[in-house]
Amino acid sequence: MNNSNVIKLIPLLVLATSCAATAAESEISDSDRIAQYREMISDGNPADFDEMRGEALWKTVAGPKQASLEKCDLGKGAGVVKGVYTELPRYFKDTGKVQDLESRLLTCMTTLQGIPEEEIAAKPFASEKKASDISSLATYVVGQSKGIKMAVSTKHPQAKEAYEIGKRIFNYRAGPYDFACSTCHATSNVRIRMQDLPNLNVRKDAQAAYANWPAYRVSQGLTRSFQWRLNDCFRQQRFPEPKFASEATVALTMFLAVSANGGEYAGPGLKR
Amino acid sequence: MGNPMKIRAAVKDGVTEVKILMQHEMETGLRKDADGTLVPAWFITEVKAQYQGRTVLETQFGQSISKNPYLLFRFKGGAAGEKITVSWVDNKGDTRSDEVTIAA
Amino acid sequence: MNMEINLQRRKALKTGGGVGLLALFGALGLLQSGVAFAEWNKTAFSAKTMDDALNALGVIVPENGAASIQLTVPEIAENGAVVPVTVASTLADVEQITIFVDKNPSVLAANFTLPQGTEAYITTRVKMGQTANVIALVKAGGKFYRTSKEVKVTAGGCGG
Repeated sequence: MNNSNVIKLIPLLVLATSCAATAAESEISDSDRIAQYREMISDGNPADFDEMRGEALWKTVAGPKQASLEKCDLGKGAGVVKGVYTELPRYFKDTGKVQDLESRLLTCMTTLQGIPEEEIAAKPFASEKKASDISSLATYVVGQSKGIKMAVSTKHPQAKEAYEIGKRIFNYRAGPYDFACSTCHATSNVRIRMQDLPNLNVRKDAQAAYANWPAYRVSQGLTRSFQWRLNDCFRQQRFPEPKFASEATVALTMFLAVSANGGEYAGPGLKR
Repeated sequence: MGNPMKIRAAVKDGVTEVKILMQHEMETGLRKDADGTLVPAWFITEVKAQYQGRTVLETQFGQSISKNPYLLFRFKGGAAGEKITVSWVDNKGDTRSDEVTIAA
Repeated sequence: MNMEINLQRRKALKTGGGVGLLALFGALGLLQSGVAFAEWNKTAFSAKTMDDALNALGVIVPENGAASIQLTVPEIAENGAVVPVTVASTLADVEQITIFVDKNPSVLAANFTLPQGTEAYITTRVKMGQTANVIALVKAGGKFYRTSKEVKVTAGGCGG
């Protein structure tokens, strides 16, 4: 690390330390109050509407090939959606790749429906003005895993490799702020403003965090997919934006999903 | 016509609890979009719930109600299998009506 | 084509012509769905202060409802866009429940008319622009009761 990087890092460290001190010393009850707020809004999640939209899309004939996605194999056989999310990402023989839910949906939409990949990847996330089909489809599929325990396998050598790469990405410091995912998510009892930051190296934290994504974001009025969540983390770290459904994002998802193994999936969630 | 609501209704100990989630932007008329243009007010003004042709709740909403409005209320009576109809109208005159069957 | 109609409606609303349209619907008292709605209380919902809103609702001086109204709100709202509010009351013959946010641009948030047989128990969600008081007004047996609670609205964490 050169000198200028060291100088850049100092204010960050000071900030991080003072944050940690505040969290530890007092105001534990504020976290409880936030938890109380979350509990109070947990019923009636607008993500339900995105689930409904996704379900309709799943069953609707579309694309140049005029097919629905009901023959899409998400890992448990053609058309099976129940519980599939708890075993994703996984290695798929037909593509010879490890795929997460969204990259697998992309495969199904291109192969079964004949929709060009570029067309899907151009609008992978919902916006205020327009919903995203692939994002809604993902919301529908994850909803079919509610209450099922995460059980992502790293048995296949490629799955194991993806996990290791994901772990490295999680800890990889780079960008103008010399940041890594782990800068914010590998320490316990720290927070940003009012939000407790999960320590993703602690299983309980990792389970709770993973269980509630995708989620309806109150502040945006939109249901956000997991690929969006990762994208936004990279944006906040001032990293270059990763390509939608790229190997790197799938690998990072693999690391996070495996870290959450054993936890009951509870999404789609409802977030501030 | 507006987008469908999600309504749940269940009867317990002689009281029916109704939970309604409506799909609506609920624009206050005070918000600016990304281009700096003021987004016109657009919100549900009234919601009515009916059980067997009888009104069980009449609601008037203002601009302060959250996007995708949520409503929970309870009334005496109701039996599993019976129907409840919920209707709303917004400030542009758009409406939506949905029906739900009371669960046990 | 629907889009076009919507745009025209938006324009009409902007220029104030929309009010005419609404008044027309109101006068008919009937909409496409076939459900009749009462007239929306525009004066009350446009009120900028609690006094004006109470006046528009025909409330004289409400009695202290701290003991007879159960107002449940979070102490802290993680996001002001969604603040859950539950109003319940132990009073007999509750006919109306009203919710206000005293620092919002329009203070009146919602007004519920409860026919006989409907319990005095309502939950909804309101927007709050800043830390403010949520005020619950209950009309029971022809009398008005009022209580309030403060909700602290916080700024969110990372990004949006």
